[in-house]
Amino acid sequence: MKVIAAMSGGVDSAVAAARAVDAGHEVIGVHLALSSNPQKYRSGARGCCTIEDSHDARRAADVIGIPFYIWDMAEEFHEGVVENFLSEYAAGRTPNPCLRCNEKIKFAAVLDRARALGFDAVVTGHYAQMRETDLGRTMHRAEDPLKDQSYVLAVLNKTQLDGAIFPLGDTHKEEVRKEAKRRGLYVANKPDSHDICFVPSGNNASWLHDRLGTETGPIVDEDGTKLGEHQGAYTYTIGQRKGLNLTVPAEGGVPRYVLKIEPVTNTVVVGVKESLAVSGIVGEKAIWCGPAPEPATQYRGFSQIRAHGQPLACTYSTDGESITVALDEPLFGLATGQGLVIYDGDRVVGSATISATL
Amino acid sequence: MASYFDHAATTPMSKAAIEALNQQIGQLGNASSLHTQGRSVRKAVEEARESIARIAGASPSEIVFTGSGTEANNLAIKGFYWKRLGEDSARNVIIISAFEHHAILDPVEWLEEHEGAHVIQIPVTRDGIVDLEALRDIVDHNRAKIAVIAVMHSNNEIGTIQPIKEVVEIAGDIPVHTDAVQSFGKVEFNFDQLGVTSATLSAHKIGGPLGVAALILQRGIDVTPILHGGGQERDIRSGTLNAPAIVSFAAAAQDAELHRVQRYAELRTMRRYLIDAIRAVLPDIWVNGDIEPSLPGIANITFPGTESDGLLLLLDAEGIASSTGSACSAGVPRPSHVLLAMGLSERDARSSLRFSIGASNTRSEIDHLASVIESVVDRARAALARQ
Repeated sequence: MKVIAAMSGGVDSAVAAARAVDAGHEVIGVHLALSSNPQKYRSGARGCCTIEDSHDARRAADVIGIPFYIWDMAEEFHEGVVENFLSEYAAGRTPNPCLRCNEKIKFAAVLDRARALGFDAVVTGHYAQMRETDLGRTMHRAEDPLKDQSYVLAVLNKTQLDGAIFPLGDTHKEEVRKEAKRRGLYVANKPDSHDICFVPSGNNASWLHDRLGTETGPIVDEDGTKLGEHQGAYTYTIGQRKGLNLTVPAEGGVPRYVLKIEPVTNTVVVGVKESLAVSGIVGEKAIWCGPAPEPATQYRGFSQIRAHGQPLACTYSTDGESITVALDEPLFGLATGQGLVIYDGDRVVGSATISATL
Repeated sequence: MASYFDHAATTPMSKAAIEALNQQIGQLGNASSLHTQGRSVRKAVEEARESIARIAGASPSEIVFTGSGTEANNLAIKGFYWKRLGEDSARNVIIISAFEHHAILDPVEWLEEHEGAHVIQIPVTRDGIVDLEALRDIVDHNRAKIAVIAVMHSNNEIGTIQPIKEVVEIAGDIPVHTDAVQSFGKVEFNFDQLGVTSATLSAHKIGGPLGVAALILQRGIDVTPILHGGGQERDIRSGTLNAPAIVSFAAAAQDAELHRVQRYAELRTMRRYLIDAIRAVLPDIWVNGDIEPSLPGIANITFPGTESDGLLLLLDAEGIASSTGSACSAGVPRPSHVLLAMGLSERDARSSLRFSIGASNTRSEIDHLASVIESVVDRARAALARQ
């Protein structure tokens, strides 16, 4: 096949591209420029947006022996990911930008462009496995449980996944680093990227403050009694316990948690842990990574609500548009806006954006 | 089949230049040393200087060797700015054409940000010629405040040759610098006759080696140096002279000058052949700056409805080298400031590719390009349409 290897400048995408070459594909390396104003000379590795990263990607492509280009996706990234991130926070939800980036950039803008230019697929260094099963081509968790990224890929529909190749899904990260070294890729020891790539400081709250402004509002209990003040409701996350700075002590010293964020009134509601309990989840905009479940049918499976969260045993059903989950055990603290991903064993069934909790 | 249409970026070294380089690189000696070995290298450098000066219509003492065309342009721009501002603190205005190369634009921008320069850009016409009336107006309004005027001899992206003599007339006693790296050795270029104060030449654009260039600077005119440490070149440029590269540069210049008129005619014909071949399959393309006088080998073509970096990628996969204009430091393609200055829309500027032909190109390379361009453009159009 003719494939585009998305190369971030990190070790994973470099080894993925090299493996695609070994597999006999005709590979072209592409680095996505996601910021129109690349952060110059910033050390460390956040995986994108820096001049060093584009150089690292270019050097890896040289070593692998494939052509290399830079694609400007800054506008798409800003509109599809950064602005969405801001508007979701402003609306009191907690978005996952990596999920959005996969959905809107890597396997939409990039894959579309690749296909139009005559390529068949996009290769990335994500840790997930595509398998041919009785159900067709399906996505499964990675072999390395610590690196599994199937959660952030669950926003991809079947058409997108048909154009996706994940060569690292069957390998542990440690092995990937060793392989990079064997292949002479000097990014072998480059640190993993963490945090959100477009928040250079790693400080989410202050980045949001700079963009969404500071607006003082009340922190109240479930009865509406004011317990303190905040500088912007969007800097809180459902289930958060630390850093509430409440001025009124709790009765009996019972810890209090963020229960609700009300963007319209700029109010943060706190209360006891029991009030956080969630036994059901509703997600909208369902996306199926493989065959769609039958509507109005109860299935047993697992829900996951964070990138590295635990799979939670559940019963789920769909009407085609949304997914409704009944959890076996209650869950404490769940923010709307997060991704709900449904698994059948290690197979990714699909995903939805959490719109309500029950 | 490899088809290299990026000779304006760099072009193969001529046989004479390679031989000269190989011969000189084995010679011991620092041209600044006083002993026999030093003098021997100095002799080779001075012969090269004389040779380049003769071909460029300058005096040998007017040639200041540098490490690159970019360095020569920086030396001229910053050198004139600091020198003239030092003489008269009112002179902080720099005038440049709107479509200069980044080797002029960036030092000028830097002076504006860090050294208090005020920059005025001369607009260019849709055909790609500096607007002389606008220049006259700018100079009339700012005459006493102008440190330097810089207008390139020919534009590197579209090839149009600029009316430098007229610029010099308008400038009067204000220094005029011209970046002539694309012109020297390809079209008529005579420093004395043009009357400019300084000009930049580069070896690797004419079949010489990388890493050597020259600033021609009128006798008796000083600029403030940017490199200090030995004063090897007229106390204006320091650094051990790169004798092998300088000797090779001279050999390349001689070779280029010897074949210049004949090559001009050949390249002009080849360029027309390339444009006609593409237009035969894609009638809606247009050529930017398609006027006389121009550099012989540059064809800047807009392919409406495409993204040029997509075109470049697909052509590259077919073994065809072309250019999209400049990229930022991270390698992100940008719409050409040259085409934008000429009045193209950002969309059209992003849909344009430069093909630059050199002596090594053959008609069969162009035929190869013509045989794939339609399908390449189709795919690039589909890619843009999907966005």
